[in-house]
Amino acid sequence: MSQYQNIFTAIQITGPVEAGMPLPVGDSPRTGTPQFNRLLGWIGNAQIGPIYLGYLGTLSLVFGFIAFEIIGLNMFASVGWDPIEFVRQLFWLGLEPPSAEYGLKILPPLAEGGWWLIAGFFLTTSVILWWVRVYRRAKQLEMGTHVAWAFAAAIFLFLSLGFIRPLLMGNFSEAVPFGIFPHLDWTAAFSIRYGNLYYNPFHCLSIVFLYGSVLLFAMHGATILAVGKYGGERELEQITDRGTASERAALFWRWTMGFNATMESVHRWAWWFAILTPITGGIGILLTGTVVDNWYLWGIQHGIVAPLPDVFPGVTDPSL
Amino acid sequence: MRLWIPFAASAASLLAIASFVGAGWDAPPVETTQIGYRGSGMYIFKDKEKQAELALANVAPPSPYEPDATGDRAGTIYENVQLLGNLSDDQFNHFMASITEWVSPEAGCAYCHNEENLASDEKYTKIVARRMIQMTQAINVDWTDHVAQTGVTCYTCHRGANIPAQVWFRDIGPKPQGNMTSNRAGQNVVAKFAGNTSLPQNALEDYLLGDKQIRVHSLNALPTGENKMGVKETENTWSLMNHMSESLGANCVTCHNSRAFNDWDQSPPQRVTAWHGIRLAREINNTYMVGMTPLFPENRLGPEGDVLKVGCATCHNGVQKPLNGVSMLKDYMDSLANKSNTEVPDFSTYEPGKTMLLAPGKTSSILTGKESTDLAAK
Repeated sequence: MSQYQNIFTAIQITGPVEAGMPLPVGDSPRTGTPQFNRLLGWIGNAQIGPIYLGYLGTLSLVFGFIAFEIIGLNMFASVGWDPIEFVRQLFWLGLEPPSAEYGLKILPPLAEGGWWLIAGFFLTTSVILWWVRVYRRAKQLEMGTHVAWAFAAAIFLFLSLGFIRPLLMGNFSEAVPFGIFPHLDWTAAFSIRYGNLYYNPFHCLSIVFLYGSVLLFAMHGATILAVGKYGGERELEQITDRGTASERAALFWRWTMGFNATMESVHRWAWWFAILTPITGGIGILLTGTVVDNWYLWGIQHGIVAPLPDVFPGVTDPSL
Repeated sequence: MRLWIPFAASAASLLAIASFVGAGWDAPPVETTQIGYRGSGMYIFKDKEKQAELALANVAPPSPYEPDATGDRAGTIYENVQLLGNLSDDQFNHFMASITEWVSPEAGCAYCHNEENLASDEKYTKIVARRMIQMTQAINVDWTDHVAQTGVTCYTCHRGANIPAQVWFRDIGPKPQGNMTSNRAGQNVVAKFAGNTSLPQNALEDYLLGDKQIRVHSLNALPTGENKMGVKETENTWSLMNHMSESLGANCVTCHNSRAFNDWDQSPPQRVTAWHGIRLAREINNTYMVGMTPLFPENRLGPEGDVLKVGCATCHNGVQKPLNGVSMLKDYMDSLANKSNTEVPDFSTYEPGKTMLLAPGKTSSILTGKESTDLAAK
């Protein structure tokens, strides 16, 4: 049985490299000499390259690199260009947005948040250019644009956090800093300040879709691996020409829970769950501080806070 | 040769090991105590091994002997006894022996006194010690909301060291480059006094020296525009909270129901004690420590030249009740449980080695706690 335990791609077929379809006039050529890599072949396609970078991809990388450099150099400068401290405290270092006093000023002093705005501009431009590139590559291959729209959902959350909500709040100090621990501190402080995101229904929905995505991913991945020995991984063929792998996978779920997705619909499930995670999350973020200031108190008004017995009677605010 | 593979693998495994070993995790076994209603997640967690270590590190030493409270008063026997003149000779010497063990067991009496002339004020440490005794007396008399009847002695903080191990000062290191590069807004480096988080480094200055508003929550569900506190202010408050949590070895739910951090009605009573503790630390720093700044030589100040200040860890040293709740004060009631003399001399006139007598007069520029309150009331 062991030959069916497909932890790695067991069979790698090598032959002439696949160049891909010819590109229309006006498109940049694909770059890189294609080659095979056995290690990567274990976990994916063994052929590496050629890549289509084009002017959108190139610009996106340049803008992304500029943002990365601005953030990194500011982190480095924030410890006085000390290389040891830079490495030691790397996860602590960050680039903070301007303080509330600067409001929505487009360029506050560089040392006090100006760099954050510049880095944000370059990073956003980079991400959006990459989005256009994803969209255009899909069109070029005469595919649907599902990947681009899924990516757009993530960009919506990113912009909600760092741009749209700060605009609604009237200052950039509400935005997320760059940095590993700094952005995590922001997340927790954000929840504390606005009375516990736990009681934000869109936060709830986002978690439902996030955990739902994980569950669906696990169910689907497991199902396909389980019918791998019947060629179950050739899913797209089986959408139109249902074979024994597909039949068995469908029967498994029908027997187990009475209902089964199809080879096509399971991907629709996955796609919607995935994109609804950042979309509902982004809505939850946009409502916080703008229309709801304390989610716990909002939850009390709407009957979603569990009443507790008074376990600590007699505790009152000593400042009153 | 693909040399990068073994190198990358070693680097990755070293990082993985470092993240487990270096992060200071609380390894099991962990003791869990439920303090709130079921389902509210209110559990106190204690690392059992650390508890054993902390119990050993926080033992109150016994009083060396029981002094005789009768006989002539110290004030009539010795010269220049400004605070403890009401003690008996035996009580006075018992206290001097104790304070030596508590604060300067190595240098002995000479840490504060010219041993040729014990009455002389020529050592600045004696001036500081006198002010510290006033502080201890004031804590035991005025701050029972925080220290209860357990009280404090010099040992609560000093633990046999000239300077208590856990003090704080203005910390701006590592210094940012400045100019046009990010000034990092006072955060985003390892914050020594906030549990090594990347939260604001000097939040204690705002709350345990200044009295910046700690409360960030809105008391209305919907925005009214009145609450100007934002996420940054919340991080500042959270930095203070991390300091408190680390200082006491306590988690958030020791004082809060974390579903509504601000709500007093759901909070454990420890939050009230902590509220008074914040004000106590603020009072100590403002009324006692800052005023003594001119007395200290440079090596006894922080790197930025500010006086060393008191935080929660100074007394608590990692446990919720300092010295695990044992009262040392009960053996020093006559010396430390009453405010014998609250007058303060003018420290700015003090010259170490030259001033033989620094007595409080009405020329003092430093206000006592009560005078300060009276002045504020006016």
